Amino acid sequence: MTTAVGKRAARKPDDDPGMLTKLLDGVYAIFKSRFLRRRFVFYLVAAFAAVTLNFIIPRLMPGDPVQLLFARFQGKLDPRAFEAIKEQFGFVQGPLFEQYLLYLRSIVTLDFGPSIMGFPVPVAQVIGSSLRWTLILAGISSVMSFLIGALLGVLAAWRRGGRIDTILLPIASVFGAFPYFFIALIAVYVLGFQLDVFPTSHAYNTAIRQDWASTEFLWSVVYHMILPLFTIVVTATGGWMLGMRNNMIGVLSQDYIVMAEAKGLSDRRIMLLYAARNAILPSLTAFGMSFGFVIAGLLLTEIVFSYPGMGYTFLLAVNARDYPVMQGIYLMITVTVLVANFIADMSYVLLDPRAR
Amino acid sequence: MTKNKAKTSNSLYRLWMILPGWSRSIINNKKALAGILILAFFFIVALLAPWLSPTAPQRMLGRPHDPPSEKYVLGTTRQGQDVSAQMVYGAGGSLRVGFLTGTIVIVIAIAVGITAGYVGGVTDEVLSLISNIFLTVGGLPLIIVVAALIEKPGPDTIILVLSITSWAWGARVLRSQTLSLRNSEFVEAARVSGEPLWRIIAVEILPNMTSLVASVWIGAVLYAILAQAALEFIGLGDPNSVTWGTILYWAQNNQALLTGAWWTFIPPGVAISAVGLSLTLINYGIDEITNPRLATHVAAPVKRARFWERFLGLRMGSSGAEIISS
Repeated sequence: MTTAVGKRAARKPDDDPGMLTKLLDGVYAIFKSRFLRRRFVFYLVAAFAAVTLNFIIPRLMPGDPVQLLFARFQGKLDPRAFEAIKEQFGFVQGPLFEQYLLYLRSIVTLDFGPSIMGFPVPVAQVIGSSLRWTLILAGISSVMSFLIGALLGVLAAWRRGGRIDTILLPIASVFGAFPYFFIALIAVYVLGFQLDVFPTSHAYNTAIRQDWASTEFLWSVVYHMILPLFTIVVTATGGWMLGMRNNMIGVLSQDYIVMAEAKGLSDRRIMLLYAARNAILPSLTAFGMSFGFVIAGLLLTEIVFSYPGMGYTFLLAVNARDYPVMQGIYLMITVTVLVANFIADMSYVLLDPRAR
Repeated sequence: MTKNKAKTSNSLYRLWMILPGWSRSIINNKKALAGILILAFFFIVALLAPWLSPTAPQRMLGRPHDPPSEKYVLGTTRQGQDVSAQMVYGAGGSLRVGFLTGTIVIVIAIAVGITAGYVGGVTDEVLSLISNIFLTVGGLPLIIVVAALIEKPGPDTIILVLSITSWAWGARVLRSQTLSLRNSEFVEAARVSGEPLWRIIAVEILPNMTSLVASVWIGAVLYAILAQAALEFIGLGDPNSVTWGTILYWAQNNQALLTGAWWTFIPPGVAISAVGLSLTLINYGIDEITNPRLATHVAAPVKRARFWERFLGLRMGSSGAEIISS
């Protein structure tokens, strides 16, 4: 027994797997994971469902959608545009099945046809420029609110009845019940229009050249992002915090925590590596699943801040009744949500060996 | 508690004890009580709107963007309408959409969630797949697409669209709870004694997850109120109807932010936030009552029970512990 322990201690420098090995092990686990393979089937089905809904919904509406569209844009829409849009949506003569195949082909080739509001600029181009801003904002804001919320939740559960638990948690939860866009309106009104400390529109200073290598441009991007980011983090953190706290309270009463304490491990080690690591698993699943809600909040926030992301473009398309752009954005959002789910599931596999 | 005092308020005590256990626990929970009081305020305003409102909400009677004054408590809109009248009438619109949608959503969620969790097997796989698909592809973006296609949907259409698209979260939550109840001994006993499926679900399983159903229902109401406000705010509702969402829409449309007409967008926003707050408080209250481990101060319910004891002169067992456990 003693020799075994001695051997292990002596061989530790060689035996201790390095960071890289651990990382490679993780990647290997992700590829091997049966759980992820099952989830992958789900992503495919969900994407297929979104594409099919996109096809069915205009056909479920009362009246003939093509005629409605035509009536609405009579005189305003180029006949060529009208024909192109009809074809794009598969509204051609022929059985429904053929229409569907035609529609599927255009989706797979990412050919969403021309937009109405900016004819003949293709939909892909209209969405493409806005996609970048939404992805940056969504990525940073969701990860930030999740991490801050999870950490505060861990601390709240660790020090039950402490300041974080009794003061910060109720405040954060209350903010979570407020509509995103109202907080955004207040922020724009007070900090933008009244005090004039933050910009009230755009994603960067339009007076300077768009050059991602220049510090001046990057700074203006950051400056324009602060308020939208702040709005989302303020409203989204509370939910994660409460969820994490309640998970933690459940985990902390488990036997292995008592065991870890009995072994004399340090508090921080027990809190983060024993309790939090297990408590975060349900939150991770929820993170992927609720990403759609995050995007929804983001759309409204963008609209209030006139931030040129997909939400703002969505609003422009809604106002112009530009269905091709609207449907394109809907599909892009679905893809984004599925990718977020995939990332959350990968983290799950990394943290929970049972999913490997 | 002295014997005399208990005797004098005996009738009050009886009245208190007539209330079902769950309502006594809710009143004893500070958060839930605060939430219920706020919500009750808005319900009363909505019901008494014709008597409370100084004027018809759509009448143009003042100067455009008049700031709050004695005549117009909350000022006027760009069209010279009285904002306070619009606020009072708007309450009914928002609450109606919220509670009707929430109720339809909870019925669908119970049907799908409990069936999936109890029946299991292929049924579970299919129903879970459908729920997860609705969760990932059926959020606000889909609602916006549908609302834009319908063209100026009224409140009833919004209720329909929101109900169809937002039941999935509740179904997921109820399914996992059913899964854990399915293998409990009392359900096992009911199954062995040959009770029919509907009876097991309605009599054995459902009553054991009342608090969860209540909190899913409240969550759905909150989601519906926020989603309706959002839809109307971006101009996808019927702009001629009077709701808090359309007041916000007109404020945004009339450049209220730029001109500093704060009285046109602060009141509806605060009202929506207050309703959201009240629903959240009720939900936390339910959470704390059913899962006392989660309460921030474990001693708080006991203290509160003692307070009521003294205040109403009630005798509630040993320091109200019976109320907490019920």
